[in-house]
Amino acid sequence: MSTRHDVKRYPGLGPLSVLFFIYLYAPLAVVVIYSFNANNIAGVWTHFSLQWYSSALRNTALLNALKTSLTVAAIATVVCTLVALCAALAIIRGKNVRFRKLSETIVNLPLLLPEIVLAVATLILFSLIDVQNGVIRLTIAHSAFCTPFAFLPIRARLQGMSLDFEEASADLYADRWTTFRRVTLPLILPGVFSGAMLAFLISMDDFITSNLLSTGGTTTLPVYIFSLIRSGTSPELNAIATLLILASLVLATVALLVATRGSRDNA
Amino acid sequence: MTDSVLHVAAEADRVPRVRFWHDLSFWGLLPSRLLMGFALILPIFIIAAVSVATRGAHGGFAWDFNLAGYRQILFNEGWTGELEFTPQYLLIIVRTFLLAGATTLICLLFAVPVAYFISRQPPGRKAALVYLVTLPFWASMILRVYAWMIILGKDGTLPRLLEYLGFPAGTSFMFNDGATLTAMVYTAMPLMVLPVFASIEKLDGTLIEASHDLYGSRWVTLRRVILPLTAPGIVAGAILVFVPSLGAVLEPSLMGGGKQMMMGTLIQLQFGGGRNWPFGAAIAMTLMALVMIVLIFTALRAARREVAL
Amino acid sequence: MNQSKAIEVKSVSKYFGAYQALKSVSFNIGSNEFFTMLGPSGCGKTTLLRMLAGFESPNSGSILLNGSEVVAIPPHKRRVNTVFQSYALFPHMTLEQNVAYGLENLGWDRARIRNRVGEMLERVHMSQMAKRKPAQLSGGQRQRIALARALAPEPEVLLLDEPLSALDLKLRQAMRDELRTLQRDTGITFVFVTHDQEEALDMSDRIAVLGGGEVQQIGTPTEIYEEPVNRFVADFVGETNFLDVDVVETAAGQATIRTPFGVALTVPATGHAAKGRATLSVRPEKINLGDQAQGVVFEGRITNKNYMGGYTHYTLDVAGTELRASRRNASREGDTIPLGATVPVGFVAGSARVLAA
Repeated sequence: MSTRHDVKRYPGLGPLSVLFFIYLYAPLAVVVIYSFNANNIAGVWTHFSLQWYSSALRNTALLNALKTSLTVAAIATVVCTLVALCAALAIIRGKNVRFRKLSETIVNLPLLLPEIVLAVATLILFSLIDVQNGVIRLTIAHSAFCTPFAFLPIRARLQGMSLDFEEASADLYADRWTTFRRVTLPLILPGVFSGAMLAFLISMDDFITSNLLSTGGTTTLPVYIFSLIRSGTSPELNAIATLLILASLVLATVALLVATRGSRDNA
Repeated sequence: MTDSVLHVAAEADRVPRVRFWHDLSFWGLLPSRLLMGFALILPIFIIAAVSVATRGAHGGFAWDFNLAGYRQILFNEGWTGELEFTPQYLLIIVRTFLLAGATTLICLLFAVPVAYFISRQPPGRKAALVYLVTLPFWASMILRVYAWMIILGKDGTLPRLLEYLGFPAGTSFMFNDGATLTAMVYTAMPLMVLPVFASIEKLDGTLIEASHDLYGSRWVTLRRVILPLTAPGIVAGAILVFVPSLGAVLEPSLMGGGKQMMMGTLIQLQFGGGRNWPFGAAIAMTLMALVMIVLIFTALRAARREVAL
Repeated sequence: MNQSKAIEVKSVSKYFGAYQALKSVSFNIGSNEFFTMLGPSGCGKTTLLRMLAGFESPNSGSILLNGSEVVAIPPHKRRVNTVFQSYALFPHMTLEQNVAYGLENLGWDRARIRNRVGEMLERVHMSQMAKRKPAQLSGGQRQRIALARALAPEPEVLLLDEPLSALDLKLRQAMRDELRTLQRDTGITFVFVTHDQEEALDMSDRIAVLGGGEVQQIGTPTEIYEEPVNRFVADFVGETNFLDVDVVETAAGQATIRTPFGVALTVPATGHAAKGRATLSVRPEKINLGDQAQGVVFEGRITNKNYMGGYTHYTLDVAGTELRASRRNASREGDTIPLGATVPVGFVAGSARVLAA
């Protein structure tokens, strides 16, 4: 009865929102369902089968692409998390930082520019200075555009952390390094962790930059998938897609859980 | 004493607490400046230079000043050097804007009611729903587009479903602007819902009650209280959707087919297999300029809004 | 009381931008003293405390700790510990680890740390909770751990930044007594910052009243309350009546004045000795009514009264001047003077002060 007079309630929003969530997840569900389809033609259902998973896991081109992607993403994640951590410490905790706002904009610059522009610009740079190695090209480019994704959670965490803790540590005879190691870092660790996870996911997921910068031997996973899609949808592709979607969702869930759990602890 | 007076004059902001990490500013910011300087700012300068360079005979370019790259956006050069207006690239730019704009509008249309609905849920369910909105964003972009190829493509889920319902067989929904738009909306949706939700969440519920108390209907309240107060979130969401949409590559190249190009695919085409680098660079500069105009415009509006408040 | 100086603050000034937070402040704090810096928010008391801890440095002036200059010494090298207003207990460490933190940084050996931590937790009655994290504690318990952590390294001076402000009323009263006892037992110099005058009067050996970035008065609680040197102190500490008066004659710390309602009297003049216009401060509880009226007696009409339980506050009209008086309700019939009644009003001349206008 009480809801009838609830002025904050707008009728029809409930059903609309249910439809919205179906819309968000139905396409992913379709891929997952078809991945268990025995039929050669992806869209025609015959019966349940795991054959495409076994063929996907025996596909060496796929495994090579996965290896390239993991290598690039791992190095880029380490680099950009360190860069982001340093930048966040300086911007949020540094004293007398000149151009604080500008410095922050520089770190976040990849978010403001269209990725395709950055990708072709980097391609020209690498061809001018003659960097041929695909992994090096990809790692440098990925480190740059993943940095904001690592930076933002770390920055938020540091900003939310009271200066009192660092002052209390200094008051209790800890020098700056001890304070960083024993107080600051443990308290911002959830932010660092989720930042690193997000950077890793973004790197693994990237297509536009990788497509332009990867060379013959160093195809990344999304670039390889793109070539598969171009040569026609196949049930094996559905199996690969399902595995990747699940991996991303699990990683993202862990990252988000760590971030929220951490913020609750510090409340 | 003079020292301290100078110090006072130099310190503009009244921050009452000393920042803890004293001399971090240089060393802390050095890595990000080096990385962004080398992998971002330097390439942007180079591409700006290439956009006014001369096309090489066998791909690539030569460092001779030439505006041919920009001229080509609007004109076609005939045999005798006469310039003829050709709208094909201009049409691509217009299509890019229209598709990005449509994506933003459609996302907005769904995001506002859904975000409002989520904000009205009890805390536990609210957190769960926000998580559910965020989650698909982390699934690989190319796979999210691919999912729609399976649904809309030949032998796809939707044509089969329609066939089952008695519509003529063999309909394909692929390789047109509608298909591109469908995928663009789908990939961008979480980026719109989250900022809109954040600003609706901050809205003080008693303001809605006050509006009703003062004889405002639901519609009047929505138009005169809820929407104006959530405008910053709506603008933020619109930017987050519109700017990347302008640079979309995957959606048009997979869903739109080869013919229905957007600026992103046009740029990419110029850099594949020894095409026209200066022309590609010119298009890229144009795209970047358009994005910058949008960003500066909204930043200025936001600043004016702040002054007004 | 030991008269040696634990802290000397010498003409310290501090600017934040163009705003001058401290204007050449000087005072000394004795060893083993419970010293309170009292003042409204923005008076500079917290800035001063943070300078003693080493988190801020003055733009000019010097600070001496046990005779040696400390302005250039970073916080982690000062034998000074702080109890933060927020307590700032490290949320990722257990209570034990929190208390041990300072000792570890000082390089104590493990056995000695274990003993000291046990001793400190015992002292604040928190031994059973040693393995808990700060999030599991109540406000009062956090306060105790913050104290234990700050006292464990045996600092030369303990700084307390409004440590009671986050507690509820009952707990605050209990903690006052506990703090006072702790100070007496340890013999460590306490520097306490508060805006609550009652707290300051209750706990301190000496109080510095700060206002507008300057020290307004330093003295024992009785001196601050009974002998305020200016309007600011009289007004900020306790309640008082300010009357515009004329000083007609001054001699040997006494002033003969004429009050607006015509009575002339001779009163102590601690802060003011010039002839001419001045202010007379009389505390409400020093004004007696009805049959209790004594000293200088005149007549007033009751225009308002507020029954507070233990006291009744009366507002009086005395020949056009408003006076406030409070009377203890010693018996159930204490509150008997009716509204509108005209009654004898009096105060003893020695309980009033003449201040600058």
